[in-house]
Amino acid sequence: MATYSTNEFRSGMKVMLDGDPCNILENEFVKPGKGQAFNRVKMRNLMNGRVWERTFKSGESIEAADVIDSDMEYLYNDGEFWHFMKTDDSYEQVAAGAAAVAECQNWLKEQDIYQVTLWNDDPIAVTPPNFVELEVTETDPGLKGDTANGGTKPATLSTGATIKGVPLFINIGDVLKVDTRTGEYVSRVKT
Amino acid sequence: MSDWQPLASVTQLQQRALLLSSARAFFAERNVLEVQTPVLAKHTVTEPDIQSIEVPGFGYLQTSPEYHIKRLLAAGAPSCYQLGPAFRFGEQGRLHNPEFTMLEWYRLDFDHWLLMDEVAELVDQLLGAKPYQQLSYTDLVGPLGDRPRDELDLAFARACERLSAGRFFITDYPAEQAALARLNPDGLTAARFELVVDGVELANGYWELTDPAEHRRRFAKDNESRGQRTLPQVALDEAFLDAMKAGLPNCAGVALGFDRLVMLALGVKDLSQALAFRGQ
Repeated sequence: MATYSTNEFRSGMKVMLDGDPCNILENEFVKPGKGQAFNRVKMRNLMNGRVWERTFKSGESIEAADVIDSDMEYLYNDGEFWHFMKTDDSYEQVAAGAAAVAECQNWLKEQDIYQVTLWNDDPIAVTPPNFVELEVTETDPGLKGDTANGGTKPATLSTGATIKGVPLFINIGDVLKVDTRTGEYVSRVKT
Repeated sequence: MSDWQPLASVTQLQQRALLLSSARAFFAERNVLEVQTPVLAKHTVTEPDIQSIEVPGFGYLQTSPEYHIKRLLAAGAPSCYQLGPAFRFGEQGRLHNPEFTMLEWYRLDFDHWLLMDEVAELVDQLLGAKPYQQLSYTDLVGPLGDRPRDELDLAFARACERLSAGRFFITDYPAEQAALARLNPDGLTAARFELVVDGVELANGYWELTDPAEHRRRFAKDNESRGQRTLPQVALDEAFLDAMKAGLPNCAGVALGFDRLVMLALGVKDLSQALAFRGQ
């Protein structure tokens, strides 16, 4: 099993901590002039998203995590699992459970490409692109003439997600560009 | 395209140059002699928590000019200082670089208390005058009990960071952390101090140990602890020990991380911005 020593730690490196795969966010070298050296490491637990801070003695090693991020096309949901297919012409498919898909459920559209994080070949997280385009399925009727300023309203999208900050002129059936990081309306793509 | 651009801006380099000349003026006014001792030499320090960079066939890049300056003092040199590069293996981070600039000076007939006053005067001149507080090592890390050394080091590093605003002299280090300071009359603490400025460990000073036999004992202990940690043994510098036998005059000495001082003067958070280049 591969291991990494503290002096190899870099942000983005995937390691095992307390049985869970983690992504290193920050690694700070700390050393009193006449004392031992430490590495204070911030990492995100990829299973639950929590950020941990741990201090290691410099030179200590921890196990590497077999974690890779892979671009995959979303295929369908069978009621329990969300199915994705690799885009490398292998047609290899994986089934991700609710814990892995989590909030990405709000942004899943068939045939779009998502980043699937695989740990020992099992999907543990699905990350949407920063922007997705989704159709409005429910919103208050559009107000004619209101194209620029004025108030906003919520709208429900084809995925079932409700977003805020939608201009009043938007109608059911319009396709909206949404920022998945904030869950906010960006623009109207087509009516 | 390689990342060839310098780290510090031209303005920052100009400020750095002013700080260097201001430091030299400080010592010139006080008749403290500037010396230049070897940066590359056959021997190095035994301290288990300081690793040297070895240069095969030549020896080691020096981790501090301490041994050479003490040999000068034993040979009759007056109070003196060195402002130049020092090297430590494996130390790299926001506040560390394997090559750094050290300002180290020795004052004849000073004890560590007098030297602390002078350190404060220098820092006031270079960073502007501010008040100083004094804290003991145990004020910082709590009672020693039988806590292992690595736990104390971690507690100390964290406590320094918590002193994030202001200037603090830390005194009364445990005897086990005396390095080359003499012990206080209580036999439990060392005549050693450090200066922490805005959370940054800036300087470390001693009322210097002069007893040659005690030097040898401490070096042997260092090598013993290196052995326990599977670190390489360090050959004792017999020329230095002979100089101690000939007699180190009563003196106090301090080493100050000059790049860190520049960093504080510039008001930046990363040592990189105080350096022209990182070198690695």
